[in-house]
Amino acid sequence: MRHPALWRLGITAAVVLALEGLCRSGVISAFTMIAPSQMVVALAGMILHADWFWADARYTFENVGAAIVLSAVPGFVLGLVIHALPRLRRVLNPVLLSYYSVPTFVFYPLLIVIFGINQLSLIVMGAMFGVVAMISSTLTAIDRIPTVYGKVARVLRMDRSATALRIVLPAATPHLFTGLKLAVAYSVIGVIAGEFILATAGLGRRLSLSFNEFDNATMYGLIVLIFIVVAVINSGLQRWEARIYRRWYRS
Amino acid sequence: MSADVHVTLNAVTRVYPAHSGHGEVHALGPIDFSLRRGEFVGVVGPSGCGKSTLLETVAGLALPSTGTVTFEGRPVDNQVPEGVGVVFQEDATFPWLTVRDNVAFGLQRAGIDGAEIARRVDEAIAFMGLNAFRRAYPSQLSGGMRQRVCIARTLVLRPRLILLDEPFGALDQQTRLLMGEELLRLWRETGATVMLITHALDEAAMLSDRVAVMSSRPGRFIAVLETHWPRERDSRIVAEPGFGLFTSRLWELIRDESKKALGIT
Repeated sequence: MRHPALWRLGITAAVVLALEGLCRSGVISAFTMIAPSQMVVALAGMILHADWFWADARYTFENVGAAIVLSAVPGFVLGLVIHALPRLRRVLNPVLLSYYSVPTFVFYPLLIVIFGINQLSLIVMGAMFGVVAMISSTLTAIDRIPTVYGKVARVLRMDRSATALRIVLPAATPHLFTGLKLAVAYSVIGVIAGEFILATAGLGRRLSLSFNEFDNATMYGLIVLIFIVVAVINSGLQRWEARIYRRWYRS
Repeated sequence: MSADVHVTLNAVTRVYPAHSGHGEVHALGPIDFSLRRGEFVGVVGPSGCGKSTLLETVAGLALPSTGTVTFEGRPVDNQVPEGVGVVFQEDATFPWLTVRDNVAFGLQRAGIDGAEIARRVDEAIAFMGLNAFRRAYPSQLSGGMRQRVCIARTLVLRPRLILLDEPFGALDQQTRLLMGEELLRLWRETGATVMLITHALDEAAMLSDRVAVMSSRPGRFIAVLETHWPRERDSRIVAEPGFGLFTSRLWELIRDESKKALGIT
């Protein structure tokens, strides 16, 4: 298929237009969904006029940012450690493979008991979602590093930390993007869902309130916002990844 | 020990557990051998005879199961000694660094000051004919040029012993001959001791002062032949009548071992 980006754009536009038509014509009731154009107007209204908006947005995106860092950095370090210890890897492999079959949210009440109803519980919740994706991605990435790089490190008499920072990390970078993109998505899910269930602030909590109050304009406006933010972060990562691949594998 | 002797291998063997988990694989040796300071030694042998294992053992990348390796009179343990440089067969350039940064990589680690790094890197890049590509990334270079980057990265560290593990194995014949000339020039100008592992008999014959011939596994030295070429030599030596005789002699020695390695009777 030629011009896949144009096709993607065309399909998205067609779906949005179809939804617009179905909502405007009343086929889809306004209690179920408002028209996409109304969602955008509602979002703009929130951004410009709602007194809670910036405080809640900041609360949520701070939590999401912290959860991403807390899943990506320890995920990478744990991936390195597990890779260096093949026996530990053999022991942990089934746990890593089946981790996402466990409903991690069952631990949210426990986190609230431990940390309280605050940002820390939400950040840990988000990080718990993303960290295993990052560990798995790191393991795969290191597996794909040419073994000769390890020999070069030894010939240059590099210690373990220098090897990890100056050879393993850059060599693994293109393959870490899969984990990073998943860590972003999972961190957003973990934080928003945690706020939705129980929190004192945040867009997730606002989403829950608007859902309970049948305030579809606010609810869909927030959904659009979250969707846009995640899409922007992911497409930024995707562009970065593509740039690295172009530079590394030009031939 | 004679001051002339740079590297010694005393009854060196390598034995490792079989992949099946039962028994052992006797990969190498016993080997007794000495490299003289500043000589160029080629090592040839059938596939799987332990040539690369031998190189890793001399480099300190692997410990011998029995016996000892010494470099400049000191035993080589499980660490690559200072003064030893290794060039591998695989492309070991770092794709995230430019040619210049690849070449400088080892020096930055060694804590040498910036001006000295720049000087040595410029010198090595010029020596390997990479001046026009100093800002290029490895993906923009041919296989031969990438291997030159790896050699330059080794060269800047001014090793006194250079170990080469089939560095031109992936290159075409013409490029290999020209790369061989570069290597000879490097060897003459640095005065380093060189050990070249190769499966190409003509390459070993053209480059070496002495060629060690290995048996099929477990690899032992079944003969060490002197080439008697002048120090000032280049790839044109392959046209000399004595060159053909020398490679024929190598092939005579290695033919039966290669058949054994391939299971041909």
